[in-house]
Amino acid sequence: MAEIVLDKVTKRYPDGALAVSEVDIRIADGEFVILVGPSGCGKSTTLNMIAGLEDITEGELRIDGERVNERAPKDRDIAMVFQSYALYPHMSVRENMAFPLRLAKVDKETVRQKVEEAARILDLTQHLDRKPGNLSGGQRQRVAMGRAIVRDPKAFLMDEPLSNLDAKLRVQMRTSVAKLQKRLGTTTVYVTHDQTEAMTLGDRVVVMRGGLVQQIGSPQSLYEQPANLFVAGFIGSPSMNFLPATLADGHLHTPLGDFPLTDRVRRLAETANAPRELIMGLRPEHFEDAGLLDDAEKARGGTFTASVDVLESMGSDKYAYFTVEGETATSAELEELAAESGSTEMTDNGSQVVTRLSAASGARIGSDLTVWFDPDKIHLFDPQDGRTLTYSS
Amino acid sequence: MAVIGTKAPGGLKARWTLIDIIVVVYALVPVLWILSLSFKTKDTLADRNFFPREWTWQNYIDIFNTSEFLRALLNSIGIAVIATVIAVVLGTMAAYAIARLDFPGKRLLVGVSLLIAMFPQVSLVTPLFEMERSLGLFDTWPGLILPYITFALPLAIYTLSAFFREIPWELEKAAKMDGATPAQAFRRVIAPLAAPGVFTTAILVFIFCWNDFLFAISLTSTTASRTVPAALSFFQGSSRFEDPTGTVSAAAVVITIPIILFVLFFQRRIVAGLTSGAVKG
Ligand SMILES: Nc1ncnc2c1ncn2[C@@H]1O[C@H](COP(=O)(O)OP(=O)(O)OP(=O)(O)O)[C@@H](O)[C@H]1O
Ligand SMILES: [Mg+2]
Repeated sequence: MAEIVLDKVTKRYPDGALAVSEVDIRIADGEFVILVGPSGCGKSTTLNMIAGLEDITEGELRIDGERVNERAPKDRDIAMVFQSYALYPHMSVRENMAFPLRLAKVDKETVRQKVEEAARILDLTQHLDRKPGNLSGGQRQRVAMGRAIVRDPKAFLMDEPLSNLDAKLRVQMRTSVAKLQKRLGTTTVYVTHDQTEAMTLGDRVVVMRGGLVQQIGSPQSLYEQPANLFVAGFIGSPSMNFLPATLADGHLHTPLGDFPLTDRVRRLAETANAPRELIMGLRPEHFEDAGLLDDAEKARGGTFTASVDVLESMGSDKYAYFTVEGETATSAELEELAAESGSTEMTDNGSQVVTRLSAASGARIGSDLTVWFDPDKIHLFDPQDGRTLTYSS
Repeated sequence: MAVIGTKAPGGLKARWTLIDIIVVVYALVPVLWILSLSFKTKDTLADRNFFPREWTWQNYIDIFNTSEFLRALLNSIGIAVIATVIAVVLGTMAAYAIARLDFPGKRLLVGVSLLIAMFPQVSLVTPLFEMERSLGLFDTWPGLILPYITFALPLAIYTLSAFFREIPWELEKAAKMDGATPAQAFRRVIAPLAAPGVFTTAILVFIFCWNDFLFAISLTSTTASRTVPAALSFFQGSSRFEDPTGTVSAAAVVITIPIILFVLFFQRRIVAGLTSGAVKG
C-alpha cells in the first residue's frame, strides 16, 4: 500500500509527440483513482509511466515519498492488469498466478497457499490447472486479476481491464473489481474511456484531454461542478445540453427563451466576470413536462414549446429529444466531444435538446410539448476557453 | 488436406482428391524409383521394372562397408549440425532485436541480410575458393561451416523474426511487472513461446546445409570434409568397372532418412499454435 504522487509529470515520445503534459496527481494510500478521457488523451501513457514501462521525460514520480523515476518496473512493487490480460499461454492458471511469487523467491508452500487463496476469492479454484487458452473471457480476466493480487503489491494499475468483456459481464465485473479493491484496500489506478465505469468505480476521477488534466474530483463533484465545457460534456449520460446564450441586464437570451438569472447564478457570473456571449449548459434531468407541474412551480422556471423528435421510454423516465431553433453553441471542446461520441447529428437549423421527463408525461412523437426547466441549475461557460463561469473551483 | 470444410459437394471433393493424388505421385515417383533402384541387384538395375524382381540389401551393406561413405556421412552430420546451431543462436538474437527493438541501422541490417539471401551463390564459389585456399580453410570443416552460416542466417532471421512478432509484446511487459529481469522475461516467457519457431528454423537451416551440393563440391577435395551430396558423385562402386547406380541410390536413400525423420518428429511442434489464448482472441 502506498501513496503515489505525480509531480508535473510529462511524457514526450521519441517521435516528438507530447502525450502527457505536466500532470499533477496525488493519489492517497488505499485510494481508487480513475483516469478517464477520450482515446489518445494519454491515459495509458500516464499509467505506463507509473508502472515504469515508459520513461518519464520530465517531472517526478514518488511512491511513498521516494523518487522512483529511475527504478525498473520490478523494483517498484506494482502489479498491473492489461487490457489484453497478457496471460502466459504456456503456463496453467496456477503457474500464471504463481509467477510473480516464484520470481520473488517465495517458498513453495507459501506460493501454493497464496495462489489458492486468490483463486478462492476470484472463484477460479476449479480452473487452476487449465491453460488460459481454454478459458472464457471473464475467467481470463479474473486470472489476470489474480496474478496481480497474489503478491500484495503496493499498488494496482489497470488499463481498461474490462473493455474486452461483453456488456453484461462488464457490469458484473465492475462491481467485483470495486468490492475487491475495497476489501484489499490497495491503492489502485484504473484507466477507462467509459464514463459510466469512471463514475461508478472510483473514489476520485481524473478527466484528461490531449495530455492535460482537465479536472480531478469525486464523481459527484465532477458531475455537479464541471470545471469546463469538456468535463461537463464528457461526464453524464445522456450528456449535458449546450446552447448559445447572451447575457444582458441580468437576463439570459437563449434558444429556449429569455429568462432572468437566479440570484445564485448571477452572483457567480458576476464574480467570474462573465462576457456577453456565453454557452449555457443544462442537464436532461433539469427539465420536466410542464403539464405535470403546478403553477407555482412553473412560475419559478422557464418554459419552451417544441415538437418531440424522438421519445425513449425507459420505464422509470422518458427521454424526449427536441430541436430548438436558432444558432448552435460552438467551441473547440464541443467539437471534440461530438467527434468522440460519434454524434454527427448536428441538425443544421437548430440544436438538439435532450430532456428527461417523468414517466407520467404525455409526450408523443411529432406533437408539441411544453417543457419546463430549472434556471437555477444552469451552467454558464466562456466560449473562448471553455471555463465555467458558474462554479468556483 | 485441400478440402476445406466437410460440406463441399461430392464432385468437388473428388476433383480435389484427384488433383492431390496427381501432385503427390508426380513428386514422389523419382524418390520411389531411387528407393526401388537401391534394392535391385546389379544385374536387374536396368530392367526398367518399378518393382525389383529380386530384392537385396547388398547396396546398403556395400556403402556402409566403404570408409568413403561413412566418412562423408560423418562430415555431413557434423558440418550441418554445427552450422545449424551457430546460425540459429545468432539468428535468434538478431531476430529478437529486429522484432522488438528500435536501433539505428535496423533497416540496413534487414536490407543486407535480404541481399545475402538473394545473392547468386554460384558467383561466390570462385572467390570463396581462392580465399579459403589462401586462408588454409579449403577442404576443412570450417571451410564449409562458414559459408553455410552466411547463407543460412538470412533464412533464420526472417523465419524467427516472424515468430517473435507473433508473440504479444504485452507478455514481456507483464513479466516485467511481475518482477522479472529482462533475462528472466526472455528465458521464462519469450523463449518457451518461441520454441516452435526455433525448431522450425533449425530444421529449415539443417535441411539447407544437409542438401547443399554447390559449396560441398567446390570447397572440398578429399574425404577430410567432403559431405554426402558431394561424395555421391565420386562413388565408384566396389571395383572400378562396376556400375555404381545401386550404391548411389542406397546412399541417397540413407541421407534422405534424417530429413524425413526430422519432419515427422517435429511436425506437431511446428504446427502447435502455442500462442493462442495469450490475448483476448
Ligand atoms: N510509442 C509511441 N510513440 C509515439 N507516440 C505515442 C506512442 N504511444 C502513444 N503515443 C501517442 O501518445 C498519445 C497518448 O497515447 P495513449 O496510448 O496514452 O492514449 P490513451 O489515452 O491510452 O488512449 P486509448 O483510450 O485509445 O487507449 C497519443 O496521441 C498517441 O498517439
Ligand atoms: Mg490506452
